[in-house]
Amino acid sequence: MLTRREALLGSVLTAAAIATIGPVPAMATAKDVAGLPREKVTLVAPPFVHAHDQVAKGGPKVVEFTMKIEEKPTVIDADGTQLNAMTYNGSIPGPLMVVHEGDYLELTLINPDTNTLAHNIDFHAATGGLGGGALTLINPGEQVTLRFKATRSGTFVYHCAPGGAMIPWHVVSGMSGAVMVLPRDGLKDEKGKPVRYDRIYYIGENDFYIPRDEQGKFKKYDSAGDNYDDTVKVMRGLIPTHVVFNGKAGSLTGENAMKAKVGETVLIVHSQANRDTRPHLIGGHGDFVWEGGKFANPPAKDMETWFIRGGSAGAALYTFRQPGVYAYVNHNLIEAVELGATAHFTVDGTWDDDLMMQVEAPKAITS
Amino acid sequence: MSFDPVFTFGTIAAAALIGLGVSHAIDGMPSQPRGPVILTDMVTLAPSSFDHPQPGEFLKDDHSAPAPVLKETIDAPLEIMKFQVTASDYDRCVLDGACKPADSRLAGNVPATGVSFIDAQAYADWLSEKTGEAWRLPTDVEWAYAAGERFRADIEGSADDPADPARRWLTQYRNEAALGRKPDPEPRPLGAFGTNSNGVADVAGNVWEWTATCYAHATMSSDGARIASSITNCGVHVVEGFHRTYMSNFIRDGKSGGCAVGTPPDNLGFRLVHDPGGFLQEARRRLGLT
Repeated sequence: MLTRREALLGSVLTAAAIATIGPVPAMATAKDVAGLPREKVTLVAPPFVHAHDQVAKGGPKVVEFTMKIEEKPTVIDADGTQLNAMTYNGSIPGPLMVVHEGDYLELTLINPDTNTLAHNIDFHAATGGLGGGALTLINPGEQVTLRFKATRSGTFVYHCAPGGAMIPWHVVSGMSGAVMVLPRDGLKDEKGKPVRYDRIYYIGENDFYIPRDEQGKFKKYDSAGDNYDDTVKVMRGLIPTHVVFNGKAGSLTGENAMKAKVGETVLIVHSQANRDTRPHLIGGHGDFVWEGGKFANPPAKDMETWFIRGGSAGAALYTFRQPGVYAYVNHNLIEAVELGATAHFTVDGTWDDDLMMQVEAPKAITS
Repeated sequence: MSFDPVFTFGTIAAAALIGLGVSHAIDGMPSQPRGPVILTDMVTLAPSSFDHPQPGEFLKDDHSAPAPVLKETIDAPLEIMKFQVTASDYDRCVLDGACKPADSRLAGNVPATGVSFIDAQAYADWLSEKTGEAWRLPTDVEWAYAAGERFRADIEGSADDPADPARRWLTQYRNEAALGRKPDPEPRPLGAFGTNSNGVADVAGNVWEWTATCYAHATMSSDGARIASSITNCGVHVVEGFHRTYMSNFIRDGKSGGCAVGTPPDNLGFRLVHDPGGFLQEARRRLGLT
């Protein structure tokens, strides 16, 4: 597809062209796939991302991942409020899986018999079969393996979608994550020039809906099933009690603040499986931002705040230019400060007076 | 931060149980016999002088500077509540219509929490009126003196490079993170955090305490030995506990009231100082003689 924006920017011969002329045959049979090299990747918990090549080495391959579903009570704020969490691989969000366009992502999903509910996975990066949801529904004590072809590049949400009213409840209980499909030749700026990152962080944002008792205090439940009726009532009000990054208010602050150095380029992948959000780096910018997360589109430049639609993941690239403590927030500041959607970066380096300086320190007003 | 009493002998740590059951008829109203308004343990500390890191934000040579440590003197015995004001004591003020109900729903023998500076002030005024004696919030210096070895002051950053403000922000952030204090939101019964060497209980537990000291921006003399000028903002007061911080007067929940990074106060409460001889002052005040 040729967007009007690409046509206007004259980037057709670069970014768009490379994205459409892939080295992969349009249709590969199962037998062809069987002949491809395979790579097994061990996932790591967010905000970190497993090691990966930014530019693909060699041709398409099958990239194997395994995730175990864990239902477990999790504390989501400083008051000790408990969520009966449902998680992919024990973390909220689930881990980021990175492949290249034309690769095959092969996931083995395990639902141990210590769990109580049926689960599955819907990959927004996948084509057909309800994103894989139709082929992955497993009961406690079962496992399943799904393979899909990464036909387009970008950041994409995955989430649990076990049917009907179970879908939003599982998602707001923590069952979402993201896949990043990189172009084989890596990320490019709006002119088609390659861009690279020195670090990558994956931030999953969640909206939680914890029921309260008569006194307004958050309730605790023995198991996920016990909270269902009460939780759905709160969900229907569409006003979350918590909006958090990485599963818990304050989970990316203090000792767990994200780190960078002046001069380093950081790619921040931000997903929200359910609800719109608007990331903002206080004191920084988005040098290149793929708001919709899809790398075949030229990135927007010099963004102050970017919009992540509920049910999508976006990516922002930024080179830090000034040291200090940065807050990365959902710039609905009520959600950032009161509901929990704040993370921090600590950035080491040398202060640049040219970019900013306090010309005169606070003092009494001189008339 | 350093707490270095110049001399510590003579501290009267024995708590005195004071029954404040007298209703004074100073304003000409008939005296009504009542039960004790409040029964509270008091600790009396001998006068002393000690080095004290000052509260507020400091500038030296136009750059942020760590809080200067200046000698402070307590020149009369300090009578301070051994425990924080309890939820049940605070409720009496609420029942009397002089205090607003606290945000915390806890009752009984736990510290009153979910209270603002304005609430604490209202309670002190109410108690003074009930007893005819002078009760007030401690100053930052008095609180630090009573807190003894449990006084920490602000969590500071370094000042190695005054031209690089980020260095100070980063060290301050990391120092605070390194303390590794986990949130501890549920107030405990009185005495749960033990007593310090002065016999004062529950200092620097999970209830931070309002003080009477206003937030200030101060400029140091160029030799750093004294405060050259200072602009105070009494809409914000010093709050003391595990660390020293600053809160707007109307804040009742420390978690959303400040401390944008690091350790916010788990709870906000208070304890009061009793001014001996304050009876006459109080009487004069109420007769409009001051």
